[in-house]
Formats: sequence, C-alpha cells, structure tokens
Amino acid sequence: MSDVTSRPLKIRVARKSYPAVAGRDEQVVLKDISIDIEPRSFVVLTGPSGSGKSTLLNIVAGLDQDYEGEVDLGGPDVNIGYIFQSPRLLPWRTVGENIALALPDGDSRHDRIEEMLRHVGLDGFSSQYPERLSLGMQRRAALARGFITEPDVLLMDEPFVSLDDPTAQGLRELLIGLWNRRPTTVIFITHDRTEAVMLGTRILRLSGANATIVQEETVRLSPSERTDRDKVRAEQNRIFEGT
Amino acid sequence: MQRLNTAPRARSDQPLSVRLAWAIGSILGFLLFWEVLALLLQHRHFPPPTVVFAAMMREFASGELTFHIAMTLYRVVIAFVVAMLIGSSIGILLGRNARADNFFDTWLILFLNLPALVVIILCYVWFGRTEVAAITAVAVNKIPNVAVTVREGARSLSRDLAEMAHMYRFGWWKTLRHVTLPQLAPFFLASARTGLSLVWKIVLVVELLGRSDGVGFQLGTYFQMFDVSMILAYALAFIVIVQLIEFGILQPIAARVNRWRR
Repeated sequence: MSDVTSRPLKIRVARKSYPAVAGRDEQVVLKDISIDIEPRSFVVLTGPSGSGKSTLLNIVAGLDQDYEGEVDLGGPDVNIGYIFQSPRLLPWRTVGENIALALPDGDSRHDRIEEMLRHVGLDGFSSQYPERLSLGMQRRAALARGFITEPDVLLMDEPFVSLDDPTAQGLRELLIGLWNRRPTTVIFITHDRTEAVMLGTRILRLSGANATIVQEETVRLSPSERTDRDKVRAEQNRIFEGT
Repeated sequence: MQRLNTAPRARSDQPLSVRLAWAIGSILGFLLFWEVLALLLQHRHFPPPTVVFAAMMREFASGELTFHIAMTLYRVVIAFVVAMLIGSSIGILLGRNARADNFFDTWLILFLNLPALVVIILCYVWFGRTEVAAITAVAVNKIPNVAVTVREGARSLSRDLAEMAHMYRFGWWKTLRHVTLPQLAPFFLASARTGLSLVWKIVLVVELLGRSDGVGFQLGTYFQMFDVSMILAYALAFIVIVQLIEFGILQPIAARVNRWRR
C-alpha cells in the first residue's frame, strides 16, 4: 500500500462548467487548476463559497467525470476515503455496522472497529443508530469510517462545519492525532482560516468568478505547535495578511 | 411521502395491553350495536351476530368454511406475491429511468383506471375459466398500484448515500441490501398494506365469476338462497384472517423496518 502513493497526486483541471439551465447561462466553476500533492501531505483548500472547492474534490474522488482535464492519483489502485460535509451515515444501520460496511467482507480490520471507536471517543456507541446521536458524534463516526479503511488519499469536505467551537476544536485535535498515527495524503476543504492553519501543511486559496488558485502557502508549524492557539494565530496572520 | 408511517408509529408507542383493551372494547361495542339493531328490526334478512356466529360454527364443523377460506387465502397469497414482485420491478425501473417513465406513465394511468371487473372478464374470456386466469386477473389489478407507490420511492433515492456507497466500494450487492432497499422499505410496506385489502376483495369477485371453490364462490351460492347469515359468516371469518395477517405479519415487519427511527 505504501509504494502506491510514492508518486505525487496530480490534478489538472483546464475547465469545469455546469451547463446552462432554464434562465441561467453556462457557469464556469473551475479554470486552469494545476496542483501536485506530495504523498502524506495535508493540503487545505480554502476560499469563498461557490469558488468550486467541493466540485474540485468530487473531481478528485471520481464522482464528477464531466470536466476537461485529468487526475492522476499516483498509482493504479489508489484507495480513496471521502469524509463528506454531512456525515452520510446509513440511518438504518448502527454506528458499528456503518463502519464495518466500509470494509470488504472478511477483512481483518473488522477486529479493529471497537479500537477505532475508542480513538474517536465513541466507546460503547457501536450498537446505536446514528439518528439518536448528536451531530458531533455522527461526525466522529464518519471520521472513524474514513480512517478504518486506511486510505492512501483522504478527501474531507468541511467535515467540522456547523459544530460548536469546543466540539470542532476537539475533533480537529482528534484528526491531528489520527493523522500523526497514520499519515496519509489529505485534501481538506474549509472556510475557517484558523482551522486551515492548524491542520494543513500546505494551504491553497481558490477565488474568482471562475475559480482558480490565487495563493499558495506552506504552513510553518511543528506538530506540537498546532494545538498552541497563539502560535496558530501568529501563523494565520502571516499567511492571510492583507487578504 | 417522506414520513409514511408517522401515524401508526404514534399509536404503537402505547403499551400492547392498552391497545388490546381498546380493540376488544371497540369490537364488543360494535357487536352490541348490531345485536340491538337486529332485535329492533326483526327482519330475516338482518340476522343478529349470535345467529351469524351459530351459522359460522355449523359451517366450520362441516369443514366447508376452512376449505373455502384456504382456497381463497391461497389465491390471495400467490396474486399478492406476484403483484408485489412485478409491480416493484416496474416501479424501480420507472423511478430510475426518466425516459422509460415518460413513455410508460400514460400506460400506468390507463391500467390504474381500468375497472377490476373488466380485467377479470377479459382474463376469463382470453384464457378460459382457469386458476391461472383468475390469479392473473387479480395480479394485473394490483400491479399498477404497487408500481406507482414504489416509483415514488425510487425517485427519491438519496444521491448522497449512493456517492458514499461508491466511495467506500460497496459493490452492487451491498449497495442494494444496505443502501437502496432500506430506502424503499417504507414504500414496499405501504403498498403491501393497501395491497392486501385490495387483493382479497378482488379475489372474491374472481371466485364469484369463474371458480367453483373459495369464499367468493360460497357467497355466490348463498346469495342465490338469500342466506344472509351464511354470507355474513364467511365475510366475518375472512376479515378475521386478514386482520391476523396484518397484526401477525405486516405490523411486526413494519416495527422491525422502523426500529432505527428516533
């Protein structure tokens, strides 16, 4: 699995548009995007709403194939995990079943589901149905599902949005912990600049009517500095000064 | 359509003993009302429940009641299963394929409005008064209802969950079993419940017109004799059977399918 991702992930999107629908012209959402992502780096995509961030993530995921360009995942059988903006758990399956379903039948990692639930703080919630849990807990379950498959590339689309601040902060620290335990290539979308600096090793800012990359920065923070609020704020000021 | 089972769920929150007490009280009240009305009217074509019950016991003792109900039940089950399978398949196809839906929508409206009696007569004319013709006639009557209900469910399948299943490499079997069918379950259940009551009523007509056994045939026979007690005895016996199916099979399935809801 590790040699699969030794090559960088290359994203080339010359043009992505949504066709004209009743009363609205054709809408170009992405233009001239070229991103190379080194294996096991944590890339954050940020930018205003409607700048095409989610569209770009769906293109990388292979869910959207209607675009001009090319995505090279860096290998023939790259395992992609996707943690969506809403948890997208199956409400009629328990938390444990939801996580188990992400694994192939007979996979030895089924034995590690309880362990994974412990890591995300859902100890003892395995047999609960998702709708009986809070949104924060559902998001933890979605994180567990994303990580149990040990993806080579993990896509995350604002996974902590609309949570109260302490809960979101707890989940960010949890994500840093999971990622340090098993570093994987991550593309993470967020509006939140503090979150971007805290999590990312590299930040790409998309902007414009037909969005393209307007800024690219490397985050200069060690793993231990990432949970230090003052260090994060200072770095945030450096990166986003004047924007 | 989203919360198809809100009302029954609210009632099933009550303990079983309370629900049972209400049901028994209500039935006793109805029988009392009927008995009093019959005593007041004093007409031989309006027998009181006690007389109907005696007729039912006579017919049961001779074995006739059990035999004819078994024949009717057998036709109900076969026609019901066939209609559910074919109707669901059509519904899923039309719900997922806009072109097919555009084309067949008018066909569906046509069949929905075709009187049951016309279907029955045509089946007997074309295929003879056979068992296959009888069951086909019932199934054809029910298929459009199932198709329309299930189509509604297939149209509203979640794209979000389909994408999730794709990203986590569910494959077609796991997707069908864990993603698609659970979303369709309330629609299957709704059409099964309305379907059962519709199917057994049509089966009686089919039996009346072209079979020599079953509850419908017996009703025809006693109609010729103007034996109202026996007609009511058969009708009541069959209502009891259908209610047993509802409480004993359909409601436990509904409870199981809905157990994850808040």
